Amino acid sequence: MSQQRLPVAKTYKLFVGGAFPRSESGRTYPVRGPGGEFLANVARASRKDARDAVVAARKAFRGWAGTTAYNRGQVVYRIAEMLEGRRAQFVDLLVTGDGADPAAAGAAVDAAVDRIVHFAGWTDKLAAVWGSANPVAGPYFSFSVPEPTGVVAALAPPDDALLGLVSVVAPIIASGNTVVVLAAPDHPLPAIALAEVLATSDLPGGVVNILTGDPAEIAPHLAAHGDVDALDLTGAGAELRADLERAAAGTVKRVHVPTGSDWTAPPGTARLRAFLEVKTVWHPTGAVSLTGGGGY
Amino acid sequence: MTAIAPHPTPGSALEWDYAPAPESAAIGRIRDRYRMYLDGDFVDGQGDDLTSVNPATEEPLATVSTASAADVDRAVTAARRAYEGPWSAMPAAERGKYLFRIARGIAERARELAVVETLDNGKPIKESRDVDVPTASAHFFYHAGWADKLAHAGLGPAPRPLGVVGQVIPWNFPLLMAAWKIAPALAAGNTVVLKPAETTPLTALVLAEILADAGLPDGVVNILPGAGDVGQALVRHPGIDKVAFTGSTEVGRQIQSALAGTGRALTLELGGKAANIVFDDAPLDQAVEGIVNGIFFNQGHVCCAGSRLLVQESVADEVLDKLRLRISTLRLGDPMDKNTDVGAVNSAEQLQRITELSATGDLEGAQRWTSPCPLPDRGYFFPPTVFSGVTQSMRIARDEIFGPVLSVLTFRTPDEAVAKANNTPYGLSAGVWTEKGSRILGMASALRAGVVWANTFNRFDPTAAFGGYRESGFGREGGRAGLAAYLRSDEGAQA
Repeated sequence: MSQQRLPVAKTYKLFVGGAFPRSESGRTYPVRGPGGEFLANVARASRKDARDAVVAARKAFRGWAGTTAYNRGQVVYRIAEMLEGRRAQFVDLLVTGDGADPAAAGAAVDAAVDRIVHFAGWTDKLAAVWGSANPVAGPYFSFSVPEPTGVVAALAPPDDALLGLVSVVAPIIASGNTVVVLAAPDHPLPAIALAEVLATSDLPGGVVNILTGDPAEIAPHLAAHGDVDALDLTGAGAELRADLERAAAGTVKRVHVPTGSDWTAPPGTARLRAFLEVKTVWHPTGAVSLTGGGGY
Repeated sequence: MTAIAPHPTPGSALEWDYAPAPESAAIGRIRDRYRMYLDGDFVDGQGDDLTSVNPATEEPLATVSTASAADVDRAVTAARRAYEGPWSAMPAAERGKYLFRIARGIAERARELAVVETLDNGKPIKESRDVDVPTASAHFFYHAGWADKLAHAGLGPAPRPLGVVGQVIPWNFPLLMAAWKIAPALAAGNTVVLKPAETTPLTALVLAEILADAGLPDGVVNILPGAGDVGQALVRHPGIDKVAFTGSTEVGRQIQSALAGTGRALTLELGGKAANIVFDDAPLDQAVEGIVNGIFFNQGHVCCAGSRLLVQESVADEVLDKLRLRISTLRLGDPMDKNTDVGAVNSAEQLQRITELSATGDLEGAQRWTSPCPLPDRGYFFPPTVFSGVTQSMRIARDEIFGPVLSVLTFRTPDEAVAKANNTPYGLSAGVWTEKGSRILGMASALRAGVVWANTFNRFDPTAAFGGYRESGFGREGGRAGLAAYLRSDEGAQA
């Protein structure tokens, strides 16, 4: 066959509630490669899309937070399995979209897979590491357990389309939160490809919702949204950050503003702890000493 | 079925006949002969072959090659080489990824493993299928996540592995005990030589296949079947840095004594004689289920079995009546039948021990009640048995029977319950049944036991530490405490 086959191009859409809708606004924007060549038209999410995504995230929260930590770990690990299986696709996207060299792109995909595995391993250790049995000075059993904050709105870093995105999303969902994440506006294709990975893993719909578009347009609505519990401002530029933090104050959202963005470095625990509440429970014991002494 | 049975007239006896629901033995893919796993290869050991018997039929299941002392030496050398070579050089996250693979491998071969376990051990298929195998997989999954998070284990910023670990496990949960031992050891960065029990070596050798398929570097785990002499050679080997043993208190004592002065680390998970305490305000039907589960789960071959029922005097008759009624419905027989509640005792030797110890109950004046369930005409079976009128001095209240035999004592006050519960050299587990939260917590702090179950019994999870007080051993398995058993914290000159 001498005639070259024409590849079938993909329509890149949003990822909301486990489905792939176009923007309700009907808007798109073109994404171009490093040489300025056209790659795809990508959905430009609207305020209404953002609100739909928050509704989906809230709907998924109760179920996701209520799964056992073991089950959540297995589901997150499954995402890593599915991403590993599509390694070539992501390498290709990073090479054509970002102009990365193939070796660097491969290393980025490998690191993204390993990062998901790392956070899969955290789900059933959070309570042991950040919870406690409290030796209160009285006849009470008191314990404190970490719990997920709720719905997190996140801005993915603009400069690292896959590893950066994964490094933001994985710790948020590992602890049982759900997320609405705004993809890197200039490199959104790996984000939507990741949505395909999520959709074919065992992750319940709505746990991760991915929007493409202009963060400057959408983020202020999320920051002010009454049903968003926390903000991850990783991808927010200096010009946006203060306004978003101010808007977050309206409903006292937890705000995570990272201090570093070396995505190849070990991930640490700040992102895990940023979206955890701590709940302390008290109950009378009926006996104060180990030797008993009545009053059970 | 052509007709729908009419509703029974009120008061008439219901006939609930079970159709046999046997699991297929072919799924176990049992081979004629199994070989030991040494330095990444399946090889013949220099010990005499042993024959593993299906305790439900008394028929030979497979022959298994066993290790000699020289094989133990080769395995320890291989484990040392792996420890000093690839295993220590590997980034912790990569080590964890091997464990994730193993967890998945066990889950993928779960049905096969359950069948092999039930054929080799005699436990009901529903238990191997729903408890042993999934929990084994979960242990690897949980510990996989720890491999690159050891700095958060509470043992200082950079805890280090101990080195080569020798592990000896019992026959009551063959695969699960292998998982409890191997998973934390590997997560912490150690390498392993493990000896499965003489009567139940098969699932450990199927696990070896899973380890090999996972690509685990040669020598990181070595599995050497054999009898007590192989275990002795292993735990006394000078090339071992740590010994982990699960089994009888008697053998535990011998190992602790043998290791004295060597500086080698040791953890022991030994026998028990758990009190299961039922207060008069407990939900009695739920408590009866818990009592049954506590003593008849796995034919009572459970170190943490609730073998002493302490029931408050005011409800003792009611509880005993309900208990006998409930036990009468337990189905004893073919372990491969999915309806079977009580399977076969693991060996003729254990059956004899149970028989002899229960005979002392009759001699010492306790009242024996035996479930009316029919016994199969072959295989090692012992019917569910309840002794009432038991006093604390009787052997059936003091000695671990490790079988489906429950000793019932009574108490009047919580203090009396605590005194009786703690009146044992053991201290592995205890149960408390009451609707009152403060009583649960008060009892939990007063009981000298490593695990206290409240309004439940026999719960196991890789995140929750398990292990005993006093002569039930020391060291924990599961949770951060379990990880600590395989790590050296860097605490300076005084540690």
